[in-house]
Amino acid sequence: MSKTTNIMIVGVGGQGSLLASKLLGNVIMNAGYDVKVSEVHGMSQRGGSVVTYVRYGEKVASPIIALGEADLIVSFEQCEAARWLPYLKKGGKLITGDQKISPMPVITGAATYPENIPERITATGCDLTVVDALSLAEQAGSAKAVNIVLMGVLSKQMEFSVEDWKTAIAQSVKPAFVEMNEKAFELGRSI
Amino acid sequence: MKKLMLGNAAVARGLYEHGCRVASSYPGTPSTEITEELSNYSEVYTEWAPNEKVAMEVALGASIGGARSFCAMKHVGLNVAADPLFTASYTGVGGGMIIAVADDPGMHSSQNEQDSRHYAIAAKLPMLEPADSAECRDFVGEAYRISEEYDTPVILRMQTRIAHSQSIVELGERTEKELKEYVKDPKKYVMMPANAIGRHVVVEERTAKLRELAETGSINRVEMADTAIGVIAAGTCYQYVKEALPNASVLKLGMVNPLPVKLIQDFAAKVEKLYVVEELDGIIEAHCASIGVNVVGKELFGLLGEFSQRTVAEKLGTALPAGDSFPEAIPGRPPVLCPGCPHRGMFYSLHKIGVTVSGDIGCYTLGALPPLGTMDTTICMGASISGLHGFNTARGAESAKKSVAVIGDSTFMHSGITGLIDMVYNRGTSTVIVLDNSITGMTGHQQNPTTGYDIHGVAAPAVSIEKLCEAIGVNRVRVVDPNNLKEFEKTVREELAAEEVSVIISRRPCALLKSVKPAPALTIDHDKCITCKMCFRIGCPAIAMVDGKVEIDPTLCVGCGLCQQLCPKSAIVGGAK
Repeated sequence: MSKTTNIMIVGVGGQGSLLASKLLGNVIMNAGYDVKVSEVHGMSQRGGSVVTYVRYGEKVASPIIALGEADLIVSFEQCEAARWLPYLKKGGKLITGDQKISPMPVITGAATYPENIPERITATGCDLTVVDALSLAEQAGSAKAVNIVLMGVLSKQMEFSVEDWKTAIAQSVKPAFVEMNEKAFELGRSI
Repeated sequence: MKKLMLGNAAVARGLYEHGCRVASSYPGTPSTEITEELSNYSEVYTEWAPNEKVAMEVALGASIGGARSFCAMKHVGLNVAADPLFTASYTGVGGGMIIAVADDPGMHSSQNEQDSRHYAIAAKLPMLEPADSAECRDFVGEAYRISEEYDTPVILRMQTRIAHSQSIVELGERTEKELKEYVKDPKKYVMMPANAIGRHVVVEERTAKLRELAETGSINRVEMADTAIGVIAAGTCYQYVKEALPNASVLKLGMVNPLPVKLIQDFAAKVEKLYVVEELDGIIEAHCASIGVNVVGKELFGLLGEFSQRTVAEKLGTALPAGDSFPEAIPGRPPVLCPGCPHRGMFYSLHKIGVTVSGDIGCYTLGALPPLGTMDTTICMGASISGLHGFNTARGAESAKKSVAVIGDSTFMHSGITGLIDMVYNRGTSTVIVLDNSITGMTGHQQNPTTGYDIHGVAAPAVSIEKLCEAIGVNRVRVVDPNNLKEFEKTVREELAAEEVSVIISRRPCALLKSVKPAPALTIDHDKCITCKMCFRIGCPAIAMVDGKVEIDPTLCVGCGLCQQLCPKSAIVGGAK
């Protein structure tokens, strides 16, 4: 069976992982690949830890990614990058936004937010890129565009052209937001 | 045209293409998007019903009336609709009828992990189970064909990883299905004993014919490869098997009730070792045992949770090594009530008063988690009110002064009303809080009979919760804003003391509604803040300790002002005054 590429998008419910996966899915489909995107809707979306699986290749069977299978993980938040690390394949790449969002057990004092997450992830031998995605998103015109900035960063690890991505952006967002999202994408890609 | 589609959207596309005319559903994760997507096709009448029983009866009525019809629900919704389900099996259909039910292995968003296949067996109905979005679309067509040819409703079994996974679908055009002529036929549609006795015979004859279809139909298929290992699987488990064991022979079942006999026996004879990979209960496995076919299934895979390709690989093949772990335990991130959520102030007040809380199903179930921790029970839709009546009947009148039921507006419409009628009729004295946030929240903002809008967002008659309660016989009905903490607490204390049934309508719209404009974010005046952490008691995700100081995250705060009411030093500033 030909190789399937596995990408995970992880973050906190409400950070926009569904739009990111829609964009990524459209880029891949337009290129003629088989693709599956598995999302979480419902209860976990309310500020919980969320994960989206994107898999593509000649023929994709399972819609989900299991431990040790991800080629690339894009995280919107530091603690979530650490949480999903065991899903990364040996030699895989991890991209994370540098935002920290305290989970409720940290807010209530029942747990502590781990310190120096990027350094400690790198110490495991992982290829990690940390991005100040929030600043770039604000520069593009909206703090909500963190998801698209990170897709821009991800795009450099993938085979698709800038034009491919722009076509998919136009397919994935409302016309009024195309320009802002293109800018967010370019800022991410220029990292 | 090819499109990347959610399984649920592909079901909706199939309904559109195959001439569905009437659809009625009650939202429930992971089934909701089917009907939402379907509402975008103007050729199909769609509606939100108050509950699943009503939805199924509407769909059955439309079918008897000659239309291709549809209803969707989550697995626990089928419990609510079980009454019409079992008798619809006897009446059969006029136009084709499909019932979509979405199971939730792993309980991503559910209160139990029940396996809906039992319903198909018990109600003697055919059940199809798609394995990707393309099959979601195609199986709708097959289901309508079976429904009309065999005169039966057909159940389409979805589950989370099919419903909420996107894969590629080739879109087709709609084929209109004209209304069938309605011919009065009491022997078929009036299920009184004399007629039902005759229909039961028809049901058993139909099941025999459907068994033949299971043997020969193209919906079940054998994929012969290496014969050392054979696997029987359906739905998402089929995909996990293909991923983990690309060389194994597979019997893929598209119809999971009734199950084939000879097809399985023949397949078993061709492979050296036969496995059944199925999530939840061992239904295919039990069937195999009953027809004398030896399989290995639940002893290896168990009855709990959802599987993955890794589950299959670990048991039958070679699993990849897991990646490296972070060298410290990662704090859990459970879902939380959103910033500005109207339920937060309500739960804070109940926590402060210290009452027992009989809970229900909705976003507000999250009030059970720390730091609010204000929920004693959550069972099923509507059980808050009836459960509280039972609790207080068992424990006496004093108990009613220390306990409340909490139930959302949509859940109250769904099945809370009947509990309230029971409570009033039987002279209860309990206090019920209806959380009216003007929307069905947890499933992602669907309209309901109290909101004043229909499924398309068009103005519709609105049920007045106040007048409804009065009509039931509740004398004490009060409306209060839960974000006014003092007023809310006072109201609850007064109604707890009252020696009759009280309904408090806790009214404030969901903070995520587009009509609710967020106020400017609040900030902490660090000269005044004494880090007493009073503001942490409401469990707002926007408030956290950052480098030893209390900070409000400006990207999350919507300026609801709840924390300001708790701060003893007036150190939280800004926002609308």
